[in-house]
Amino acid sequence: MNDIIAELEAAVGEACAKHGGTDSVSASSTGGWNPRLWAALEQIGVTAISVAEEHGGSGGDISTAVAVLEVLGQHSVGVPLAETALLAGWLLADCGAVLPSGPMTACLAGSDLRLERKDDNLSVHGTVARVPWARCVDHVVVLGAGRVVLLHRDDFRVREGTNLAGEPRDDISIATSVPLVRVHDVTVESGISDRGFRTRAALARAAHIAGAARRALELAVTYAGEREQFGRPIAGFQAVQQHLAAMAGEVLLAKVAVEAAALALDTEDDPDVAVAAAKAVAGQVAGLVSSLAHQVHGAIGFTDEHPLHYSTTRLWAWRDEAGNENYWSTELGRRAVSAGSHGLWPLLVGKRSHSARR
Amino acid sequence: MDLWNLNPVALPPEHEDLRGNVRTFLAEEIAMGRITPRCDQWLGGWDPAFSRRLGESGWVGMTFPTKYGGSGKGALARFVVTEELLAAGAPVAAHWIADRQTGPGLLRFGSAEQKEAFLPLIAQGQYYFAAGMSEPDTGSDLASVRTSGRRIDGGWRVSGTKVWTSGAHLAQAMVVLARTEPRSSDRHAGLTQFIIELPDPNVQIRPIRLLTGEHHFNEVVLDDVFVPDTRVLGEPGSGWKQVTSELAMERSGPERILSTFPLLAAATDYLAENSSRIDMARFGAVVARIWALRQMSLAVAGRLEVGAAPAAEAATVKDLGTRFETVVIDTVRLLTELEPDSGSDQEIPRMLAESILHSPGFTLRGGTNEILRGVVARQLGVR
Ligand SMILES: Cc1cc2nc3c(=O)[nH]c(=O)nc-3n(C[C@H](O)[C@H](O)[C@H](O)COP(=O)(O)OP(=O)(O)OC[C@H]3O[C@@H](n4cnc5c(N)ncnc54)[C@H](O)[C@@H]3O)c2cc1C
Repeated sequence: MNDIIAELEAAVGEACAKHGGTDSVSASSTGGWNPRLWAALEQIGVTAISVAEEHGGSGGDISTAVAVLEVLGQHSVGVPLAETALLAGWLLADCGAVLPSGPMTACLAGSDLRLERKDDNLSVHGTVARVPWARCVDHVVVLGAGRVVLLHRDDFRVREGTNLAGEPRDDISIATSVPLVRVHDVTVESGISDRGFRTRAALARAAHIAGAARRALELAVTYAGEREQFGRPIAGFQAVQQHLAAMAGEVLLAKVAVEAAALALDTEDDPDVAVAAAKAVAGQVAGLVSSLAHQVHGAIGFTDEHPLHYSTTRLWAWRDEAGNENYWSTELGRRAVSAGSHGLWPLLVGKRSHSARR
Repeated sequence: MDLWNLNPVALPPEHEDLRGNVRTFLAEEIAMGRITPRCDQWLGGWDPAFSRRLGESGWVGMTFPTKYGGSGKGALARFVVTEELLAAGAPVAAHWIADRQTGPGLLRFGSAEQKEAFLPLIAQGQYYFAAGMSEPDTGSDLASVRTSGRRIDGGWRVSGTKVWTSGAHLAQAMVVLARTEPRSSDRHAGLTQFIIELPDPNVQIRPIRLLTGEHHFNEVVLDDVFVPDTRVLGEPGSGWKQVTSELAMERSGPERILSTFPLLAAATDYLAENSSRIDMARFGAVVARIWALRQMSLAVAGRLEVGAAPAAEAATVKDLGTRFETVVIDTVRLLTELEPDSGSDQEIPRMLAESILHSPGFTLRGGTNEILRGVVARQLGVR
């Protein structure tokens, strides 16, 4: 790993430890979010990471952003960094727009949302379900009908909802008319597409999962060393050791898969296979690791006083967000089958573009 | 918990050129009917002529320096070549142990004379080693070996019985782990590795057949075999350290993931024809996992390339990978609904049969998964 990433990881980890804390996490489970941590992350300069500096971002590639997201997942902290940097920031920057300040989120316009050009405005009407962090942000960036639209706070109303971990997943209803300065046409060269949006959202959740899985393992290892039964720490029992080792394997698998997928987005011509595989695998890992972590913790891990649930509720929530294992596996299955017996291996091995983008 | 120093590796472009060359070569070999893709060919595919052709192309001994006949291209280049061979189901068993572990062991611990004697021949794909570790009473507990080495003038006398020795009946030499000092409180002290060239009048090699009737394993009885001092590998008494460094190389390679890959690839064509009723998600879940496992195996190769010894990381690759090899079988079996049949002239029933009958070995060879998880647990600090 390069030194810049290691330094950022350390700084973000410190900020999370300082401002994350279990209390503020509990607060976020009632729908609030963590503005102190957001400010600290802004200070470090990661809230618009992977967005080029000339568009108001802080530079860096997807691999760096994913490393930061892993740390956030590890600390169970709620902030819309993935949404701000990897989604909203990407959409705006790739349309040539400059990012507004503050937290943002982004969504894809489905059939429930109508975008129509009216004179010098774009009228936007309809609803979008389960938009992450909508209630906490200043701006929502919508991708739809070949356009990227920047909505302000007063352009939409929020119906609050949450995921299993209590993170905001709000339905928004939009009835507004947006001046064209906030509407950008998506050009072919921009590389923006619905597919690209889904891919980035999936990678972000997979990165969160890799971090949370690691924390669940760390908690289980610590607990196994402390909890005594039959006169010795349960870590002394081989069955428990085998659970921990099996978890470690899964956690490493998720970590490497997510980071390899980020690298693919940074360098490869066709990163879709990598991201689909990483999210599908992260989903598999989330299920395995959360069940093993709970098994090792016994009943205490099932209580709200023990911190394990901060990680496991997130693992259970995130595996179903941005496409679950079945969604991405089906994508991959189709591609694999159409690649055929001679094409499957080349599909898996991928092809690096000889001139890496970075 | 220092298990996290495992980062994905981006292979340099020249390795992709290498990959292309290996692929072209393999396609020709298959088209000419010289080799036939099968599962688990790193155990079952003993084909000296093919190994020699690989050697001529510079694809054996790739981690050896050029002065010993290798290409000096390193662990990642070797990774690319071996994964291409395995994915294609090519017969690589003959040179496998020599290339993967004996050669690197000789490079690290061998004398100058030994390196000159063996490495160039290994790199030519002409010289094959067997690994003599296990014994009738020694499996997982390798430090309990009873084969003994007794010092005499100019060398040693080695006696004992080895089992499960893959390929000993075809190899030109065998590396034998023996106890050379009485057991002390340090169970790992006093072990020595010997190179025994074959055949030898005092070495008896008897087949032990697999449940398929195939002959890959052997029982090897060593009856007062003379081993000159020049054929002691490394320092007498350092056998344990040497063997465990071998195991790190042995455990994480693509062979721990890809034994059944030819079956998965073959299944795609069948599934395409029946795509209306197959469960794409189930098939894709396997594809996703193999992609991720390969990245993990490659990441360990990246650590080996820079001289690290990622033993626990390698153990996790082997634990996850070898269990996955059987998941591939089950997925293909259940989705195609074809019956395994060794005598079939169709690829999938034949490969299903090959791989099911070989599957018990996946999670045993090179250290059982239970033992590997013990290695990981120790790294986690709970053991
Ligand atoms: C295909 C194949 C090829 C092989 N090739 C070679 C070769 O070339 N050279 C060679 O030397 N050997 C070879 N082996 C042998 C292999 O290394 C051994 O089979 C392996 O180390 C296990 O030893 P064992 O079979 O005696 O089983 P045992 O050690 O008797 O184990 C039996 C069961 O008990 C479990 N067990 C044992 N101890 C523990 C423990 N402490 N904690 C938890 N569980 C435990 C094991 O995991 C296993 O499930 C080969 C094996 C196979 C299957």
